[in-house]
Amino acid sequence: MSAPLLQMEGIEKSFPGVKALQAVDLSLHPGEVLALLGENGAGKSTLIKILSGAHKPNAGRILIDNQALQINSPVDSEAAGIAVIYQEFNLVPWLTVRDNLFLGRYGTLHLIKRREETRKAKKILERLGLDIPLETPCARLSVAEQQIVEIAKALLIDARILVMDEPSATLSGREVDKLLEIVKDLKEQGIGIIYISHRLEEIFRIADRVSVLRDGEHVGTRDIGALTKESMIELMVGRKLEKEFPSRDVEIGEVRLAADGLRKGNMVRDVSLQVRKGEVVGLTGLVGSRRTETARLLFGADRLDGGVITLDGKALTLRNPRDAIRAGICLLTEDRKAQGLVLCLSVRENFGHPNLDQFSRFSVINRARESKAFGNYVESIRIKISHHEQLAKNLSGGNQQKVVLAKWLQRNADVLIFDEPTRGIDVGAKFEIYQLINQLAMDGKAVLMISSELPEILGMCDRILVMHEGRIQGELSKDEASQENIMALAVGGQDAA
Amino acid sequence: MRHNLKQAAYDYGMIFVLLLLGIIFSFTTIKEQTPDDAAAGRKMGKTLKKEVVLIVTRDSEQHRTFAEALRASLSANGNEILNILQGEPRDVRKVLVAMENDPGAKRPTVIAGPHATMNWDLFNKGYFNSHFSSLDGVKFVKPATYTWPTFLTRQNLVNVATQIVVISIIAIGMTMVIITGGIDLSVGSLIALSASIAAAIIHNAAGNGPSTEVATTVVVGACAVGILASGCFGFFSGAVTACFKVPSFIVTLAVMMMVRGYAFKSVGGEAKGSLPDAFTTLGHGDWMGIPISVVLMAVLYYIAWFVMTQTIFGRNVYALGGNAEAARLSGVPTKRITITVFTICGLLAGLGGIVLASELASGDPKTGTFYELYVIAAVVVGGTSLMGGQGKILGTLIGAFIIGVIRNGMNLNGVDPFNQMIVFGWIILLAVLAEKGKELMVSGGRSPFAVLGGLFASRKRGEHMETGHGENE
Repeated sequence: MSAPLLQMEGIEKSFPGVKALQAVDLSLHPGEVLALLGENGAGKSTLIKILSGAHKPNAGRILIDNQALQINSPVDSEAAGIAVIYQEFNLVPWLTVRDNLFLGRYGTLHLIKRREETRKAKKILERLGLDIPLETPCARLSVAEQQIVEIAKALLIDARILVMDEPSATLSGREVDKLLEIVKDLKEQGIGIIYISHRLEEIFRIADRVSVLRDGEHVGTRDIGALTKESMIELMVGRKLEKEFPSRDVEIGEVRLAADGLRKGNMVRDVSLQVRKGEVVGLTGLVGSRRTETARLLFGADRLDGGVITLDGKALTLRNPRDAIRAGICLLTEDRKAQGLVLCLSVRENFGHPNLDQFSRFSVINRARESKAFGNYVESIRIKISHHEQLAKNLSGGNQQKVVLAKWLQRNADVLIFDEPTRGIDVGAKFEIYQLINQLAMDGKAVLMISSELPEILGMCDRILVMHEGRIQGELSKDEASQENIMALAVGGQDAA
Repeated sequence: MRHNLKQAAYDYGMIFVLLLLGIIFSFTTIKEQTPDDAAAGRKMGKTLKKEVVLIVTRDSEQHRTFAEALRASLSANGNEILNILQGEPRDVRKVLVAMENDPGAKRPTVIAGPHATMNWDLFNKGYFNSHFSSLDGVKFVKPATYTWPTFLTRQNLVNVATQIVVISIIAIGMTMVIITGGIDLSVGSLIALSASIAAAIIHNAAGNGPSTEVATTVVVGACAVGILASGCFGFFSGAVTACFKVPSFIVTLAVMMMVRGYAFKSVGGEAKGSLPDAFTTLGHGDWMGIPISVVLMAVLYYIAWFVMTQTIFGRNVYALGGNAEAARLSGVPTKRITITVFTICGLLAGLGGIVLASELASGDPKTGTFYELYVIAAVVVGGTSLMGGQGKILGTLIGAFIIGVIRNGMNLNGVDPFNQMIVFGWIILLAVLAEKGKELMVSGGRSPFAVLGGLFASRKRGEHMETGHGENE
């Protein structure tokens, strides 16, 4: 094997009150894909931020080509040939693709050399197989396209080490395939890639080696051939997981939530669906099939152009989410940072928002009761927080999701709509969320679960609805559904079964 | 517990700035105090025994109370009061000349009075002895002096509080608006509107009679109408902002202009003065020695603190400003909250207008210019983020006091008004920078020096700095 491109030795980092990383070693060879695995809060992000110069380690050293290197700032990191692509992109939405590619990279006198830029940009985008006009504002690109622009930015600085933090989290099946092809391509060009993902299938498809972090410690690095999915999970969570999806035994009752002919502009064209008591119904489809828009209509977040929503046989008029919450419908949004939480407020306050009527008299809040109720959930669904006044923005993704869950559980609604409930969440927390969904079904709730992850849909749902271009393209029962026939419906075909 | 203390220091860090300013101004204003109030008179009376005293004061409210206290105290200590003279030097001189020319008249052994009169040239020893030889040997007595910072005198502190009442009352509403992520530029005009409307109604009710004789009920009604009128414009700004999703900056900028026009129209273009006592009580009366307006301010701040920290409404205001979409999806009635905070802000601006008009005893459509800026400055200095979602009502009170103390301190130190403006500008800028530094310090857990560097670097790092070390909690 060739000499390592990057070595990190004995990296330690602590923050006030927390040891984020303890003696972490890592090495990366040219032309290798190293998967970095770990539960949320295991220290992956911190490690990356040390590489990118956003954090300074307390101890340990970084070697590139066997040369010890101090990375004090993002500028140092870039000079060392390291490029990091974060989950949240660093693109300026209303600047064009070309301007974004060359942002901060101006020639002498800060003059823009448009012709040269265009030539370089075209070359790189061609290499990545992205065919879009360079004058397109980035805001008009799809998530997948934006990601390719980010990768192009990395290639422009001649990066030799590319770090990708959950690059596939917001992509749909076909887009993921394309991304993985690009990664393989880069690998063949001799670039070392650190790839972070919670989707284990992907890891098996592209990784050469796997490094696992747990609670800030490096628990091991293995060749991919030496691992199975189960052993990978075991390394991450430090214990054996019985099954990926817990089973449930529920008597499915009468119809609770029913929608008939929902329409909204040219987005949601005609959606009818039913969710029964004790039933978990999956709603899936490609990105852009308008699953989220449908969920928002059911929750009153957007106004209907047509159609009827009934709950337990009664027709509802939903003018806003408030009406829906009162009627007993909850929506766990797909983007918890933008829509699920008020990040600058404490977790207790976030928990309280939809439930204040339960904790108040004459509109005066009883904070002790609120805190007590929240405390129950902190224990029962194991939310890792240091205290109830901790700000929501300082929580890891999985714990943020649990706070959102807690606030809706407290609401005790009859119908729960989960939009991508496990996106960006580690395996252990995922399992806990599945168990919770099962518990809700057993309590007689009706659950509508939106997800792009087919294994999750297949493992969890009693019935699966597949959307395509704002319509329900087909319905599959648990027994007849498979990845193949779901995909067939999702791309607009007919049910193959 | 430790967490709570830390949080409090973080939330109300500006109180240290206020204390520091207080200390600085205390030192720079240390000088010999020459008290001329009732307490000084009482104390002075006790120092004299069995004397025949001539009391000399000016003919003013303060001196009358001084003279009365001195007289009472002197008689209680067995002194004889020859006479109490109230007037100007020439009046006193006449009496003394008469005394000099009348050998039978009883002569004082002591002439006593406040510093203001005892420092007259008339009582200069050489001059006095050469002109009034028969009074040779008379003692001049004035209150004892002591060294103390002028800034820390009771009178001055009450002044500081009185001067910020209008700004701080309106700042309550402004804090709420800014926490929701909006801003209200119209408050300065709303001050003028309510003051003008109230004055116009009082003058109308007076008809051809004297406007100072209008019945109290009419006065109260006029004030209520003025406040409600301002509240209506607040409601209007809120409704347009919420329903059409227009930035409140622009909406209230427009409202600011139109309201100023309505204010001028309501009084026919010029200020209406000579208002009845019932009207001026708010700005001039006091309750147990504290100005009524200051009491009103304290009560309003208590209510506002309660509403913002203990009620559903307050919680919703923070949620709306922190993340409007998340708040709406949690069932917060976002439109209603927006409209309510703007209405409250309008009502309080109206109330501020009444207080100001009461202090000035005049309803002037030109008042209140630039007040929106002072109010916003108080809110920002008090630690409320213009981004919305974060801020504290009591912080705003501290902010208002900081502004009041700076202005007062500069006045006491004889800083001219132009330099005052320059200093104000810098103070506000520094306060905002300090706030930004505080955020960086908390998110990065770094030293103040690193933060200074971070201030310049934060632009580059953007996103990643803010998300901080999310994974490690």
